[in-house]
Amino acid sequence: MNKKIGNQTIKFASPPVIISAASIAGKKEGEGPLKKYFDVILSDNLKGEKSWEKAESKIVENTIKIAVYKAGLTIDDIDYIFGGDLLNQDTGSTFGVRNFRRPFFGLFGACSTMGEAMGLAAMAIDGGFAKNVIAGASSHFCASEKQFRFPLDMGNQRPQSSTWTITGDGTVVISNKGSGPRITHVTAGKIVDLGVKDANNMGAAMAPAACDTIVTHLKDTKRSPNYYDLIVTGDLGYVGHTLLKQLLAQEGIYINEEKITDCGIEIFNKTAQDTHSGGSGCACSAVTFCGYFYPKLKTGELKNILFIPTGALMSTTSSGQGESIPGIAHAIAIESRVK
Amino acid sequence: MSEILKAFWVGGFICLIGQLLIDKTKLTSGRILVLYVCIGAVLGSVGIYKIIADYAGAGATVPIIGFGHNLSKSVLKEVADKGFTGIFTGSLKAAAGGISATILFGFIAALVFNPKEK
Repeated sequence: MNKKIGNQTIKFASPPVIISAASIAGKKEGEGPLKKYFDVILSDNLKGEKSWEKAESKIVENTIKIAVYKAGLTIDDIDYIFGGDLLNQDTGSTFGVRNFRRPFFGLFGACSTMGEAMGLAAMAIDGGFAKNVIAGASSHFCASEKQFRFPLDMGNQRPQSSTWTITGDGTVVISNKGSGPRITHVTAGKIVDLGVKDANNMGAAMAPAACDTIVTHLKDTKRSPNYYDLIVTGDLGYVGHTLLKQLLAQEGIYINEEKITDCGIEIFNKTAQDTHSGGSGCACSAVTFCGYFYPKLKTGELKNILFIPTGALMSTTSSGQGESIPGIAHAIAIESRVK
Repeated sequence: MSEILKAFWVGGFICLIGQLLIDKTKLTSGRILVLYVCIGAVLGSVGIYKIIADYAGAGATVPIIGFGHNLSKSVLKEVADKGFTGIFTGSLKAAAGGISATILFGFIAALVFNPKEK
């Protein structure tokens, strides 16, 4: 049976179930509008460790433990872990899962990693290769600033178009049975690069990729945007979100203001928290989905969402060599009740 | 008092241009930094920056643009004293105190303090 429909979309035969979700968020995220939705809020983003990187790995480890516990499983019930982060060679995730001694696929999709992980995890389940799989993504503001921009100690100024990397980790347990919202479709994104070079304006680099994935998803599934209660992009921020709506309008797709949002916008109070264009990073879509949207899907408050983590696939080397920023976005259709 | 005011408005003006470059252009702050050092070196070598520094004092010498001015000033002095080799030996001489102090104090601070968020 062929599960692929259209150009880039997978339609699952037995839609995998997201049986639990866990989130740990940093101090600043815990002061924002979503504070009551996270499982754990850090009081200190070093988390008692000696470096930001060590702290991030500890956050990864703890989030996985919480997600597995909430699912009523033990770590040995997990067949595969799909995870990734922003640090060089994926060390945030690798060092975070090393004590679990479970099979691990390390992913890099920049800030789209949560979408990539959930998509692949769901494929592993529906393909019959696993019963319980973990998908997660993490990032750390201080470690990212150090790696991609400047060490914080330098006290560098941030432009208005820049976004604030989320500190935290969001992890889901996806299973072949159980109760919870189900992943019905995955539209894997392709790389879209319109030549944006400004690393302080990643929203603009990613918006065309988000638009491409949304258009492709709707075409492949023959759905109208109104089919979804909410279309949620990952970390476009205010700048990218505005651009996305313009790009969709050019494609003839008009979505009501209240039916499209962005995790980078939801997670911070722009004026009170001085976060400029909004939140970003792997953890932005991951913690917002796991903490805020997952419970709403579970209770049925949201019937379905199209969740689209977005990524800017540049490295410090590529930016230094004058390369533009390739964008990517993966769409995951999640429904609280599948007929 | 008037010297403080002069230092404040000139130093503030230099920073204002930097802030405008961050907000209005796509230049990264690293590039602005290098640009400022180069501008300081050029203005210093043709003698313009000396006039500004004489007027504003620390307001002109403390921002990074003053570092560029310092480099060119000491190269010119070394060239006058030692000739051709001064081009190579001069630039870091005037800055030596600042650079060594930065390394030493940075090291001490790293021993004493943990990194913090913004």
